[in-house]
Amino acid sequence: MREQPPEERIRNFDEVPYGYTPEEAIEEALRCLQCKNPACIQGCPVEIDIPGFVKFIAENKFRDGIVRLKEKNIMPAICGRVCPQEEQCEQVCIVGKKNEPVAIGRLERFLADWERSQGEMDIPRIPAPTGKKIAIVGAGPAGITAAADLARLGHHVEIFEALHEPGGVLVYGIPEFRLPKAIVFKEIDFLKKLGVKLHTDTVIGKIKSIDELLKEYDAVFLGTGAGLPWFMNVPGENLNGVYSANEYLTRANLMKAYLFPKYKTPIIKGRRVATVGGGNVAMDCARTALRLGAEKSILIYRRAREQMPAREEEIHHAEQEGVIFKLLSNPAAFHGSENGWVKEAECIKMKLGEPDESGRRRPVPIEGANFKVQVDVVIIAIGNSPNPLIPSTTPDIESSKWGTVITDPKTGKTSKKGVFAGGDVATGAATVILAMGAGKIAARGIHEYLKTGVW
Amino acid sequence: MVKIVEKEQIAPNVHSCTIEAPDLARKALPGHFVMVIPDKYSERIPITLSDWDTEKGTVTIVFLEIGAATQRLAELKAGDDIYSFTGPLGMPFEIENFGTVGLVGGCYGIGGIYQAAKALKSKGNKVISYSEARSSFLLYWNNKLEEASHEVRYSTVDASLGSRGHSHDLLEENLRSGEHFDRIMAVGCTYMMYKVSLITRPFGVKTIVSMNPVMIDGTGMCGACRLVVGGETRFACVDGPHFDGHQIDWDVVLDRRRAYLEEEIISKERW
Ligand SMILES: Cc1cc2nc3c(=O)[nH]c(=O)nc-3n(C[C@H](O)[C@H](O)[C@H](O)COP(=O)(O)OP(=O)(O)OC[C@H]3O[C@@H](n4cnc5c(N)ncnc54)[C@H](O)[C@@H]3O)c2cc1C
Ligand SMILES: Cc1cc2nc3c(=O)[nH]c(=O)nc-3n(C[C@H](O)[C@H](O)[C@H](O)COP(=O)(O)OP(=O)(O)OC[C@H]3O[C@@H](n4cnc5c(N)ncnc54)[C@H](O)[C@@H]3O)c2cc1C
Ligand code: SF4
Ligand code: SF4
Ligand code: FES
Repeated sequence: MREQPPEERIRNFDEVPYGYTPEEAIEEALRCLQCKNPACIQGCPVEIDIPGFVKFIAENKFRDGIVRLKEKNIMPAICGRVCPQEEQCEQVCIVGKKNEPVAIGRLERFLADWERSQGEMDIPRIPAPTGKKIAIVGAGPAGITAAADLARLGHHVEIFEALHEPGGVLVYGIPEFRLPKAIVFKEIDFLKKLGVKLHTDTVIGKIKSIDELLKEYDAVFLGTGAGLPWFMNVPGENLNGVYSANEYLTRANLMKAYLFPKYKTPIIKGRRVATVGGGNVAMDCARTALRLGAEKSILIYRRAREQMPAREEEIHHAEQEGVIFKLLSNPAAFHGSENGWVKEAECIKMKLGEPDESGRRRPVPIEGANFKVQVDVVIIAIGNSPNPLIPSTTPDIESSKWGTVITDPKTGKTSKKGVFAGGDVATGAATVILAMGAGKIAARGIHEYLKTGVW
Repeated sequence: MVKIVEKEQIAPNVHSCTIEAPDLARKALPGHFVMVIPDKYSERIPITLSDWDTEKGTVTIVFLEIGAATQRLAELKAGDDIYSFTGPLGMPFEIENFGTVGLVGGCYGIGGIYQAAKALKSKGNKVISYSEARSSFLLYWNNKLEEASHEVRYSTVDASLGSRGHSHDLLEENLRSGEHFDRIMAVGCTYMMYKVSLITRPFGVKTIVSMNPVMIDGTGMCGACRLVVGGETRFACVDGPHFDGHQIDWDVVLDRRRAYLEEEIISKERW
């Protein structure tokens, strides 16, 4: 797919890949073998009929294609962009055994973009109201998917979102250049057209407890994500200029600091920005730093490149854009200037030892191999866990020792009657499509519960 | 989006703003705060809930005009909408029968201690409030505070009302002369709360301060508001904002405050 050249794109927040033209899409779709037993479908967490929609593209029937796609995925424009396709549908595509697999994600994106360019989206028929009311907590991918599925079953659905914009990580975390926010809002518009009511600025657990919701609604779904940032607990982490990834990205994305001074939220731009971590979040931070004008964006990761959890495409984009990778390195301390600003990251060199529980070789420090990196901004992007706000105010919802809400994976049921959960709050930080899958499962679970009344 | 029903400049650069928010009015407790975005382009800023009226379904904030966001908020009038208004957030004050409680309020904190005074009084405490400003014309809510407390002690830098100097000076004098307090609670600028914590420590009076670090979301998601309390990292927006002033690592707080030194200079000039 054609892309903005790296030297240009690091100076703007526009999307990197341009997307297919109709001709390119048809050409790509024709590569699909239309397998009798399509492996690709098993690779997709929401079981999209991949050969089905691809065939419509090949036949130039884009309208039919988008309808087929949306039967299983209400946010194709988003998944087509951020799904880790290379580990899912595309990894198992038969064509991929010898050649490049069919570019399923890009075709998905093409159809969704095509539909948006056509103006109004089709609204599916909604059955007669069932009279049941459902409260969805959190307007991230899990909550949005559950809401859409339940609305399409005729239930009355209301979403409660803590922030002033819906979308969850799609809006506050993933940067504009990977996922334009206009696309997210358009997909949320679709939700409103389904009759779903959205309440922003509403923190459940504060303005209303779960028990209060249960008095007004027949069921509650928790899709509150995993938004609590981890820190490293090393000296100097509270110096000025040390951000969590969430703070850095929230300032830049949700509060639009990249459009400063039109938008008033400041962000410390930094000339030498170090990001600690090796996942998608770290890549997003390191690449955002470049776009905000950093001369050097340095990524510090404690294992080797092969062990990085980020998507290959993101690592590749970061490399192309000139992010400097300091691998097998881990900060031991940050040192500050006299007035409390970070100026140096002291790192330990690591080597790979025996595999740990995750199966990846554990990094072990090399004695006496410390080195220093000059920095003026540091971003800690080493992970997140679920926000304890709801579990702590609702003790009868059981959580694991990692703070995740315990659910029945087949129905999304929690330990509390009438309360379902799914997405990052149940799994810990995962992916958009898994959160959507969990939303779907819970919607089915809720529907079943409302029909039968059996818990 | 919420509607402003009343807006008033209650002292130079200090505004009170009453907002229609019935659910919030019902849930508000002393010490809660809200996150406010005055208009689409503004920052998200934390503001304390100073007062509320369950019957009318309104809540009132008192704020100091400092920078872009609070200036924008000050420009809004009755009838206008506030773009985003979220709360109640944070943990409320612990309100028990402690005995004699000293409440120290400075800048926006004069508003911030008002409901605490009322609640503490109704729990049977003897409530002594300290209110301060550079000069008497910069004080506000004197009547309300006097009604809510057993006694209000004023301090002004120019001695135009009450004792000369700051509340913390007066509090120190009172403690030295043997006056007994079971608990001190302070709301206002960082420096004042720091001073109060220093002063009460040798007297062993439990001191709760209402910390005001930079906040982005106010729900525990960004970590911007982190403080070190008793050697542990805590998030002021969800674990606080009220902490034991004797447990706070003030070096970290004061260093982090320096990120916004300019603002401090401005606010010092005004106060
Ligand atoms: C920077 C970044 C980049 C990523 N990149 C990718 C990627 O490329 N591909 C991919 O597949 N995944 C990626 N992910 C992961 C993916 O975004 C998440 O797995 C997914 O968003 C989880 O969805 P969710 O609905 O469970 O939660 P979230 O998206 O976190 O949404 C939860 C929502 O609930 C709200 N909420 C929380 N508590 C309350 C409450 N008490 N009351 C009301 N509302 C509340 C939050 O404000 C939020 O809006 C990335 C994550 C980050 C942070
Ligand atoms: C829990 C809590 C309760 C608060 N209650 C009140 C209140 O009731 N009334 C009131 O007037 N103020 C209150 N404050 C302080 C208020 O949030 C700041 O005055 C406000 O953020 C300044 O924004 P600005 O854009 O006008 O100033 P700017 O000059 O733009 O500020 C510059 C930067 O400094 C930050 N900043 C500056 N001063 C402060 C401060 N004191 N606290 C936090 N961040 C600051 C801003 O976020 C901004 O990023 C409270 C703060 C907290 C944390
Ligand atoms: S949703 Fe993701 S996994 Fe499923 S087909 Fe689309 S890109 Fe592949
Ligand atoms: S596995 Fe590949 S070739 Fe086969 S149907 Fe799926 S996309 Fe087409
Ligand atoms: S303000 Fe973001 S965690 Fe407290």
